[in-house]
Amino acid sequence: MATAAAVLPCNAYASHSSGRWAMRLLIVTEASFFAYLLFSYFYLGSMASTWPPDGPPSLRIAGPDTVILLSSSATLWWAERAIKRGALSQLRAGLFITFVLGAVFLGLQAVEWSQKSFTPQTSAYGSLYFTVTGFHGAHVAAGLLMNLVVQFWAWRGFFSAERHELVSNAALYWHFVDAVWIAVFASLYLIPRLA
Amino acid sequence: MATVVASADAPRAQLTEIWETPRGLLGTLTSVDHKTIGKRYIVTAFVFFIIGGLEAAVMRAQLVHSNMHLVSPEAYNQLFTMHGVTMIFLFASPILSGFSNYLWPLMIGARDMAFPRVNALSYWTFLLAGIFLYSSFFVGQAPDGGWFAYVPMTARSYSPGLNIEFFTLGLIYLGMSTTMGAVNFIATFFTMRAPGMSINRVPIILWGTLTVSFLIVAFMPALTVASIFLYLDRNIGTHFFDPANGGRPLLWQHLFWIFGHPWVYIVVLPAMGLASDMIPTFCRRPLAGYTFVALATVATGVVGSGVWVHHMFATGLPQLAMSFFSGASMTVTIPSGVSIVAWLATIWYGRPVFKVPFLFMVGFIILFVIGGVNGVMTAPVPFDLQLTDSYFIVAHIHYVLIGINVFPVFGALYYWLPKMTGRMLSERLGRWVFWLMFIGMNLAFFPMHITGMLGMPRRIYTYPSGMGWDTANLIITVGAYVFAIGVLLFLIDVVRSLRVGPLAGNNPWDAPTLEWSTTSPPPPYNFAVLPTVRSRYPLWEERLHEQATSIVDRGPVLDDGRETIGTSALDAEPTAVLHMPADSPWPLLLALALTVVFYALLAVSWTWTGIGVLLVFICLVGWLSPSRTAPAPGEA
Ligand code: HEM
Repeated sequence: MATAAAVLPCNAYASHSSGRWAMRLLIVTEASFFAYLLFSYFYLGSMASTWPPDGPPSLRIAGPDTVILLSSSATLWWAERAIKRGALSQLRAGLFITFVLGAVFLGLQAVEWSQKSFTPQTSAYGSLYFTVTGFHGAHVAAGLLMNLVVQFWAWRGFFSAERHELVSNAALYWHFVDAVWIAVFASLYLIPRLA
Repeated sequence: MATVVASADAPRAQLTEIWETPRGLLGTLTSVDHKTIGKRYIVTAFVFFIIGGLEAAVMRAQLVHSNMHLVSPEAYNQLFTMHGVTMIFLFASPILSGFSNYLWPLMIGARDMAFPRVNALSYWTFLLAGIFLYSSFFVGQAPDGGWFAYVPMTARSYSPGLNIEFFTLGLIYLGMSTTMGAVNFIATFFTMRAPGMSINRVPIILWGTLTVSFLIVAFMPALTVASIFLYLDRNIGTHFFDPANGGRPLLWQHLFWIFGHPWVYIVVLPAMGLASDMIPTFCRRPLAGYTFVALATVATGVVGSGVWVHHMFATGLPQLAMSFFSGASMTVTIPSGVSIVAWLATIWYGRPVFKVPFLFMVGFIILFVIGGVNGVMTAPVPFDLQLTDSYFIVAHIHYVLIGINVFPVFGALYYWLPKMTGRMLSERLGRWVFWLMFIGMNLAFFPMHITGMLGMPRRIYTYPSGMGWDTANLIITVGAYVFAIGVLLFLIDVVRSLRVGPLAGNNPWDAPTLEWSTTSPPPPYNFAVLPTVRSRYPLWEERLHEQATSIVDRGPVLDDGRETIGTSALDAEPTAVLHMPADSPWPLLLALALTVVFYALLAVSWTWTGIGVLLVFICLVGWLSPSRTAPAPGEA
C-alpha cells in the first residue's frame, strides 16, 4: 500500500532542508555577536568625553570600499539566480566576480588599516576599531573561502537547477556579512559625523 | 518504497543494518546516533558533577572548623571558581542537553536529530572544552577569579598567570558547543516531529529546551565577546577594560550579565519541562493546564531576556550582580507559579503513586518554593546590600540551583535510565538516595543563611574562632557529606542495576508518551514504523476515552538508507523524506582541530593558531563536500 510518504519529495534540495536551517541560525547567533561588539563600542563611546578621540574616521577608502562590497552582493545574487535556471557558466562567472570584489574589499581595508595613526594598543577606541573591523574582515575571509569551495564544485559541474543548496547557503551567508558591514560602517564611520 | 506496514512485519534486520553503528573503536569515535550522544552527554556531565562535588568536599573539609589549613588561600580560590564553573557550565546545562538529545527524537517519533553530525560535534567540543578547562590543574593555574571573573581582579596586573586564559578560552570553546546544540534543537523542533504532532501536542521538555535554545543563540555571544575582550586585553595589550585608556571594567559586568541572566533560565526551564512530563505519569492523569505551562515557559524566555535591561535602568549596575539570582528568581516567579499550580493541580486531581522519580519531583517542588521565598527576601536592595557577598548568597545560590536543577535531574535519571539501559533501578535504594540527598542538602545549606546573617563572607578560605560560626559550619560540612553519600549510593544503584536490575520492558511506568512505545533500550532506528500522532498522550488515548487515534503500531518503514520523515513547522504535516547522514569521522576531527586552536591561543602562538585554523578549514571542507552518491531528486 503506497502512502503519502511515497510521493514526498526527497529532502536535501527543498528550501526547508536542514542546511538552510543551520545557516539561518548561524546567522542569528553571529548577528548577536556583532550586536554585542557594537554595544561595547557605543557603551565606551557614551562614557568618553571625545569619541572617536581623533574625530570621525575618513571615508576616503571606506566609502568606495563599501560600494564595492555591496556590489558583490548584487553579483552573487545574479549568480544564484542563474543556477536556479540551470545556467552553470553564469554561476561560475558570478561567483568569480563576487570573489574578486570581496578580495578587493579586504585588500583596501588592509590599506586603510596600515594608514591609521593608532593601533589596537593605543586606546580603547583603537581596540574597538580594530576588533570590530577585524572580526568583520575575518567573516569576509570566511565568506571568500566558502566562495572558493562553491566555485570548485561549480567548475566540477556539480550544481543544477534542482540541486544548488550549497550555493544558496553560501549566498545567504555572504549577504549577511554585507549587512553586517552596513551596520559597522554606519556605527563607526557615519554616526560619529552626526555629532 | 514507503509503504505502510504493521510494526510486527517491519524489516527490523535491514533497519538495524542501516542504522547501527559498527562496534569497535572506529564506530565509537564516529557515531552520530542521538542516543549514544545523549548518553555520553549525561555520563560526561555527571562525571563533572562528581568532580565539582569533590571540589566542594575539599572546601567543606577546609571550612569545617576555624583556622584550618588544609589548602592554601590560592588553592581555595581555584577550588570555588572551578566548582562554580564546573557546576554551572559543565554540569547543570550539559546534563539537560543530554536528556534532550536522548529523548527528543524518541518523544517526537523521529529517528534522529536534525543534524546528527553537528550533534556529535557539539558533544566532542563539550568534552574537549571541559578537558581544556581542567588541564589548568596540571600546570597549577586553574581559573581563580570566581565564576563571573570580574575585571579588574582578572586583569593581567592582578592575575599574571594562565588562570584566566583557561577561563576565557574555555568558555569561548564551550559556548561554541552550546550554540551548536541549540541550533540543532531549534531545527529539530521545527522539522522533525512525527506527522500529526502539532506544536500543542509536544511534551513540555521540548518547549523548555526550545526556549533556552533561542536564549543561547541570542545571548551566548555576549559571553563570547566579553571573553574575547578579556583575552585580548591580557595578551595583546588592548584597553577594553582599562580605565586609564578609555576602557571600563563595568563593560565586563554588562556583557557578563547580559548573558548571565538568561543563563538561570537555561538551567531551569528544561528541568521544569522534565518535571512536567514526569508528574502526569505518577499522577495517572494528564498535566493540568498544558497550554498555560507551555506559554509560561516561552514567556519566561521572553521576559528573562529583558531582565538585564530592567536592572540596568531600575537598580543601576552596581546592584546588578547582587540581585542576579534574586531578580532572576523573581521573574521566574510568574511562570514557576503557573507551573507549580499546574503540578499541584495534577497531583491533587490525580492518584499519586510515590515511586522514586515522584519523590524527587516532590522534593523539587518544595525546594523550588523555599528558593523562591528566600529569593524574594534578597530582592529589596538595602537588605541585599547587607547580605551580598555573605554566605546568605551562597545558601540562596544552592537552594535555587540544586532545587531547580539537581533534583529534577535525579528524578529524570530514575525515570528514564530504565529506557536507556533496559533495566530498572532499585526502589529501595532510590528512597535512601532521595532522603540522604534531601536531608543532606537542607543540613548543608540552611545553616548558611544563618552564618550569612552572622556576617560570614563568602569566598574566604578560613575564618577565626570566636565568631560564633563554628557550630553552623560543622553542621554544613556534615550535611555536605550526607548529600555526597546519597550521590554515592545512587552510583552504586546504577552499577547494580546494570548488572542485576529487573528488565524494564517497553513501558515500566505505564507512561503516556512516544518514547515508551519502543523497546528499552530502543533499537538503533528508534521506531520500526514511523508513528502518526493525534494527541498529547498517544499511549493513553484509550483510557482517556479520547476520540484521537494516534497510530504507533503501523506506519511507513522508510528503509532506503537512513531516512525519516520531515514535517511542517507548526502542524507537522509531512513534507519530505529526510536523508540522514551516516556515521562520520569529521565531527571528532574538527573538534580536535579546534582544540589545537585553543591551546595555541593559550600559548599565544600565532603560528600554531594558524596551523589550527588551517586544520579546521580542512575538516570543514571534508565535512561539507556534497556527496555524489546522494540520490538525485526524483529517485528514491
Ligand atoms: C552538596 C553539593 C555542594 C556543596 C557542598 C557545595 C559547596 C559550595 C561551597 C563551599 C562553595 C564556596 C563558597 C565560598 O567560599 O564562597 C560553593 C560555591 C558555589 N557553588 Fe556549590 N556546592 C554544591 C553543589 C553545587 C551545585 C549542584 C551547583 C550548581 C548547579 C553549585 C554552584 C555553586 C556556585 C555557582 C558557587 C559560587 C562560586 C563562586 O563563588 O564563584 N554548587 N559551593
